[in-house]
Amino acid sequence: MNAMGQLQTLVNGIVLGTLYACLAVGFSLVWGVLNIVNMLHGSLIVLGGYITYFAWHSYGIHPLLALPAVALLMYALGYVVQLLVINKVVHQPVLVTMTLTFGLDLILYNFMTVYYTATPRRVTLDLGATVIGGIAIPFDRMLGMVLALVLTGLLYVVMRRSRVGRAIVAVRMDSAAAALMGIKVNRIYAITFGIGALMAGVTGVIFAMVYPVTTNLTGIYLGKAFVICVIGGLGSVQGALVGGIVLGIIESFAGQFFGPQHAITVGFLLMLVLLVVKPTGLTGIKGYE
Amino acid sequence: MDRRLQYILFAVWVLALASTPFWASNYIVRLAVVVAMYSALTLSWNFIGGFAGYPSFSTAAFFGLGCYAGALAQRAGIPMVLAWGVATLATGAFAAALGAIILRLRGHYFAIGSIAVVEVVRLVISSWGSLTGGGDGLNLPLLSGGPNAVARIFLIVMVTLMIVTFLITVYVDRSRLGFGLRCIQQNEDAANMAGVNITLYKVIAYTLSALFCGTVGAAYASWTGYIDPTDSFSIIMTVKVPVMCLLGGPGTVLGPVIGTAAFTLLEEVFWANFLDYNRAILGAVIVILIFFLPGGLLAISYRGLGARLFGRRKAAA
Repeated sequence: MNAMGQLQTLVNGIVLGTLYACLAVGFSLVWGVLNIVNMLHGSLIVLGGYITYFAWHSYGIHPLLALPAVALLMYALGYVVQLLVINKVVHQPVLVTMTLTFGLDLILYNFMTVYYTATPRRVTLDLGATVIGGIAIPFDRMLGMVLALVLTGLLYVVMRRSRVGRAIVAVRMDSAAAALMGIKVNRIYAITFGIGALMAGVTGVIFAMVYPVTTNLTGIYLGKAFVICVIGGLGSVQGALVGGIVLGIIESFAGQFFGPQHAITVGFLLMLVLLVVKPTGLTGIKGYE
Repeated sequence: MDRRLQYILFAVWVLALASTPFWASNYIVRLAVVVAMYSALTLSWNFIGGFAGYPSFSTAAFFGLGCYAGALAQRAGIPMVLAWGVATLATGAFAAALGAIILRLRGHYFAIGSIAVVEVVRLVISSWGSLTGGGDGLNLPLLSGGPNAVARIFLIVMVTLMIVTFLITVYVDRSRLGFGLRCIQQNEDAANMAGVNITLYKVIAYTLSALFCGTVGAAYASWTGYIDPTDSFSIIMTVKVPVMCLLGGPGTVLGPVIGTAAFTLLEEVFWANFLDYNRAILGAVIVILIFFLPGGLLAISYRGLGARLFGRRKAAA
């Protein structure tokens, strides 16, 4: 392959990677802070996508306008689910918490499939594409990438600068000590899960502009979130960004060399190897068991 | 529950399942085959998930490998029952090799690794079209005699497998191995310090959890006569089996069998009425199970429950 083609693949990979970062950052936060693998994540992304699609298709609302509404709605949903359901078992063994979120995922998935059916739908904005120095970049992906970066950056700022963000980080480090300092841990858990759901929802909005919306993709999104967390390390925005971009580039090149159907396999294999060799991820921030 | 009572209940249950052809419709016979099959899978999962407390979600990988190993062996001309043996050994060897690697992980990492194994094996099988037929699947020769007679044969096969896994469970439960695995479940580091060879014990438990999944998979492939990657490596199965075990009582001898029976019963009742919602029902069972039956059905104090029902509170105390 010539150099130009390589560069195109690289750029595609980076664009894909920023979308992946946005996909995984909420999942990574929930896992890092609550120590819960949120099996609902994929379905929440698709739910965000459906809301966007129907707002656009039935009422003509532009996805960019729908985004804040979806964000609020998903935050509320996540907050309530955590407060009423998951908080009751948050300190139980992995088997219990993981099975519970999987159960919730089955319920959400089932209702989405029955009400929306699995027919792929897509918000087509027809923005065209631009060519910079011989490299084609479609505008809808570009928009997605910018949005993903802005939202991920926003989360980073919130975690760093705001009181809630500092409280979340404190709980992540040591929940018992945080409780002694007067932080209401259960509320922080609910807020964190809410943010996780929010990020899943906005990812859904972005993906609805780029990919088809269908319940068939929930498992694939969830799988990507696993892989990215393992690559980048848990519970940090930087980790998700690194993991997302690395996976994006790897998938892009793997698709080029082995064919697109093997891109996912390569990602999973990489994850298995990393899990065994370096479970803290490439960024080296220590993961929590 | 007293161990002897558990053995007696199991014997009664085996008789009930095995005798279905004499007193029940063909539908019930088929259901009995499925129950026996899932009981064997759940009893297998119990070794790693129940005794050792490792959240393994790789049942579907072993089952699917068994399906394919058995089918390929049979297509290579090996007689059916021998092919099942080949599948058992192949799956067991795979699990032992894999276990030595991924059992170093704990908690969520192990859980995710074990799910990834299902996906990777499925993707490899479906892209290796020249050997496995890819997405088109593989056909196997059906046994002669019509579906009802075949179901009877496989009823015997699956019940036998269920009995074998149960006997191994009983053995593990009473042996040093079971004791060591329970130690690992409670506190792995402490078990290690106390001289339990944790790596060896975990690998044995993991291999045991895979071995008969392989046999069951191969027998299932021969029973249905057709396998494909989506059916053989179903993510639903990989979660259903642990849920059945949790429902009955993980780490107990009879729990997996009771859980499977209860789950299948629930599924049958709801399935008939709400066909579109079978996933949601599985989800609802999970949520109810986790909130209201944390130790499974076996952990309920039935004497206390009876006393409460009949207002004899003193008897409960």
